[in-house]
Amino acid sequence: MTTGEIELKALMLASLGGDAASHRVLLDRLSGRLRAYYRGKLAGMGKVAAEAEDLVQEAVLAIHLNRHTYDPGEPLTPWVHAIARYKLVDFLRRTRASLADVPIEEADEVMAHDDHNAAESSYDIRRLMERLSKNMRCAVEAVKLDGLSTAEAAKRCGLSESGVKINVHRGLRMLAALIARETRT
Amino acid sequence: MKTDDLVALLSTNLEPVDRSPVVRALCIALAIGIVVALGIAFVGLGVRSDLTTTRALIFLAVKLAFAIGIVGLAMVYLTRLARPGGERKTSSFLVALPFLVVVLLAAVSLGSAPRAHWDRMIVGGEWLECLLSIPIIAIVPFAVSIWAVRKGAPTNLARAGAFAGLVAGGVSAIAYALHCTDDSLPFIAVWYGGTIVLCTLAGAALGPRLLRW
Repeated sequence: MTTGEIELKALMLASLGGDAASHRVLLDRLSGRLRAYYRGKLAGMGKVAAEAEDLVQEAVLAIHLNRHTYDPGEPLTPWVHAIARYKLVDFLRRTRASLADVPIEEADEVMAHDDHNAAESSYDIRRLMERLSKNMRCAVEAVKLDGLSTAEAAKRCGLSESGVKINVHRGLRMLAALIARETRT
Repeated sequence: MKTDDLVALLSTNLEPVDRSPVVRALCIALAIGIVVALGIAFVGLGVRSDLTTTRALIFLAVKLAFAIGIVGLAMVYLTRLARPGGERKTSSFLVALPFLVVVLLAAVSLGSAPRAHWDRMIVGGEWLECLLSIPIIAIVPFAVSIWAVRKGAPTNLARAGAFAGLVAGGVSAIAYALHCTDDSLPFIAVWYGGTIVLCTLAGAALGPRLLRW
């Protein structure tokens, strides 16, 4: 087990408990590793940096949205690797590249290298948000972009507090789906 | 968009996570599947009329043990398969065990019977009804299992679909056993085993389409 695994797993457990600072550090560290992983994978396929960044963000979103599927009794690396690889295969299928290009690999590969030379992804989240329903857009903007509390967001959007939580959750899922569709080029 | 901005967005006002929605959804799905399947067996097909005889009870118990064994094992693996990377922890051998046991018992039973009885033992009286009923009764249990697996994030969609089909086929066999009057081990092996395998294959074929995320 690597030191990365121990450290990242501790961050994951804290973020599952609702610790936003740990969550941010966790996603930041993971995005560096995912970037190196995807750039390495796409390098031989004539893909550009923006495409790798699209994948990094898809995977980061997937990790965030599916964090409830992580079993704390298990190591974190294979879980992250399964998501990263699933998103890679899905991306290659969408872009109609050959699936045979993804050989069997060790889970550790996803944590092997770090790359913090971030490029920008090819989509604009503000533009994608316009395609959400009014309640979802208002809730995501208020809670996630403007950092309002659930109570304040409820007042602004004219929703109940549980309505805000549901709309944030659905809105982020919808955004993830829109991003996946957007990158289908 | 910059990845840093996305990370910041996702971390803002983070909520603690509800830890077991997938397991809960799978249990609810199993309960709904069993209730619907039993409902069809009781209302649509009717329970076999000779349930008071010892022979009928023994064969009902054998059929139920076979089907419940399958459902139990398949549920354990489906719970794993609903999580990313869960496919690393599934053993096809263990799931095949109930099938192997029933095939072995069927072979022993055939071996100890005169050859002239074999046709009757294998084909039974209602093989066509069994062939149709188990997959049809399995539709609702399959649909709710897929709904539950979608609460998770399976990364091997064909295998997760196959196990959802296996659970559904097993649940359906539990219900159908209450109606079925064909009492022989070869019949159970061929028609129960065969239709449950059919449900599993259908699930494997549908999984990649139904479970994508």
